[in-house]
Amino acid sequence: MGNWFERQRNIIDFTLSSLFRRKGKNLSLLLVYTLLVFLLASVMFFTHALRKEASLVLQGAPEMVVQRMAAGRHELVPERYINAISGIRGVSAVRGRLWGYYYDAFMSANYTLLVPGSDAPAPGYISIGSGIARSRLAAPGDLISFRSYDGEPMVLMVQEVLSSGSELVSSDLILISEQDFLKLFGMSPGMFTDIVLTVRNSKEVATVAGKVLTLLPDTRPIMKSEILRTYDTIFDWRSGIIVVILSSAVLAFIIFAWDKASGLSSEERKEIGILKAIGWETSDVLLMKFWEGAAVSLTSFLAGVLLAYVHVFFTSVMLFEPVLKGWSTLYPSFKLIPFISPYQVATLFFLTVVPYTVATIVPSWRAATIDPDSVMRS
Amino acid sequence: MIELRDIRKVFNAGKPHALTAVDGVSLSLDARAVTVFQGPSGSGKTTLLALVGCMTRPTEGRILLGDREITSLPERFLTDVRRTTFGFIFQQFNLVRGISVLENVMLPAYPLGEHHTALKKRARVLLDLFGILPRESSKSEWLSGGEAQRTAICRALINDPQIIIADEPTAHLDTKLSREFMDIVGRLKTEQKTVIIASHDTLVYGSPVVDRVITIRDGKIEAEGR
Amino acid sequence: MRKSTLFFLSLGILAALAAAAWTHAAYQREQGHAALQERADLVKQLDLTDLCLFTEARYTRHPTQADWHAPFQDHPMSLEHFPSGSLLAPRKGIGDR
Repeated sequence: MGNWFERQRNIIDFTLSSLFRRKGKNLSLLLVYTLLVFLLASVMFFTHALRKEASLVLQGAPEMVVQRMAAGRHELVPERYINAISGIRGVSAVRGRLWGYYYDAFMSANYTLLVPGSDAPAPGYISIGSGIARSRLAAPGDLISFRSYDGEPMVLMVQEVLSSGSELVSSDLILISEQDFLKLFGMSPGMFTDIVLTVRNSKEVATVAGKVLTLLPDTRPIMKSEILRTYDTIFDWRSGIIVVILSSAVLAFIIFAWDKASGLSSEERKEIGILKAIGWETSDVLLMKFWEGAAVSLTSFLAGVLLAYVHVFFTSVMLFEPVLKGWSTLYPSFKLIPFISPYQVATLFFLTVVPYTVATIVPSWRAATIDPDSVMRS
Repeated sequence: MIELRDIRKVFNAGKPHALTAVDGVSLSLDARAVTVFQGPSGSGKTTLLALVGCMTRPTEGRILLGDREITSLPERFLTDVRRTTFGFIFQQFNLVRGISVLENVMLPAYPLGEHHTALKKRARVLLDLFGILPRESSKSEWLSGGEAQRTAICRALINDPQIIIADEPTAHLDTKLSREFMDIVGRLKTEQKTVIIASHDTLVYGSPVVDRVITIRDGKIEAEGR
Repeated sequence: MRKSTLFFLSLGILAALAAAAWTHAAYQREQGHAALQERADLVKQLDLTDLCLFTEARYTRHPTQADWHAPFQDHPMSLEHFPSGSLLAPRKGIGDR
């Protein structure tokens, strides 16, 4: 057993000496390989952690949201719709929601205004998300002026800043009283943004949705399962930037593997010949080639994954931030919880380490099996 | 010690450019003796060396090492025999570029899994014996002709083989170094080693150290001397 | 030092760091549980439907509530003009019903 281990070590010694000969080339290979793994792993960690977060946090989302559409656009819902829906069998609770968007021209930011179903602020007061507090430097006690639908200013006092721990869901929220909401947007009471309802038997949700549609044909029911599914497919491999990143990475890998697999240089071939002539067996030569591929890919894989971990969970995906932030001026400040899928990491390992190692061994096969006497001949 | 019986070696058999390098050679080589295959280039002496040293198999005939027939040994066993019994010195030296003298010398023993420290010590002893220990860390491409030759010799000796095989060892050396080489051969002989050399250099086959000279021409033995 | 020793040492260090990262992740998951629960509670309390990730436009802020033709928004020919739109795929099921 000690013999086997010593053999590996000796062969690795030679493999490393061999790699060190072309120091520049192999070092840059290592660097690029690591960078590739880093990018892939970063995307992988980030999207998985975010998806997991969404799937956990949005469990409390409403079971069904019913929107009204008019001329293809989102339309306000009258109270009688609520009454109609509450009559449907299987519906245990119905509530009209009041929420909307407010564009703050001063900060070039969009806020989401929401009237909570319970414990709403008193008229004249608002609770704001920490994102807003941060960008406007607002604290409890400060006054914020809004521009109502009729152009008149409306001043409201900040009574509370929502916790920073909840930023991922509340960063841009403004909780407001029903009275102020209606006044701000010039809405008459009895009109709602949409309807949320609870179904008695969760298995019946689709059936109830069907009933809603039949009862109120100009509505669009959205089920909780669909809400959760949207976030499952967030950052889907199909979408834009992810495709670009992944396909460039895959392309780069293919180029590497191709370079390796397209055969040995005459120098490499000669070297293998010498090794065979001085007594190395075919299996020894192939082992050397294996370590040549494995040394680079193992190191790159580990380094890349570690860097990605730090990147995603310590620096909050610093490098992707411009893309994530986009044109929004209000971006939540959050630290993702490290939900990691071992399955994904294993897949990444097999996709990055194995092909490269194989690509290093395979072209050497023929050279490794040559008759050593041809070396004497050359 | 080594016996060749009716050996024939044909390259590219069956093809239009088939070449019979060795054509019906039978000979018996003694142990602890220095034998030289002499002849012009293309005479087949290199092929003969390769056959003797288990580097290639004959197309016809049998080769015996001691009393053991090695002609039909499977690849793995043949390599094992080659590794432990023979040490090769090539015409071009064929040192591995880009690595040190010391590592070049240790290379043949790497796959055998010997403990590294012991191996290194043995290699350094050899280097010292041949006077190139000071150059142990130099990259092989920076060596002079003589130093490269001595490195090649050390490498051939690392597994303490019984038989040393050298193919045109003085081809790239001047007179002084050629004489030095033959001195080394003499030393090896006193250490009970068997040496087989292929050369057309008079300095080699004319040396007093040589016990037997076999003249090869067109793949056949033409004459024997001494 | 032998090159192979250096190699195994480096791999060992990387592997140890990986183990440390794994432990750190487990620890963070434990620690973050409270805040996660807080977010989940807020979602339930306020009947929220989306994470607050992209606040540029209505349909990027509330992708689950987006209109049928949200990717094209007001105009069917309007191409994606928000960077986050390159990250979000249109809601699954769009075009189905």
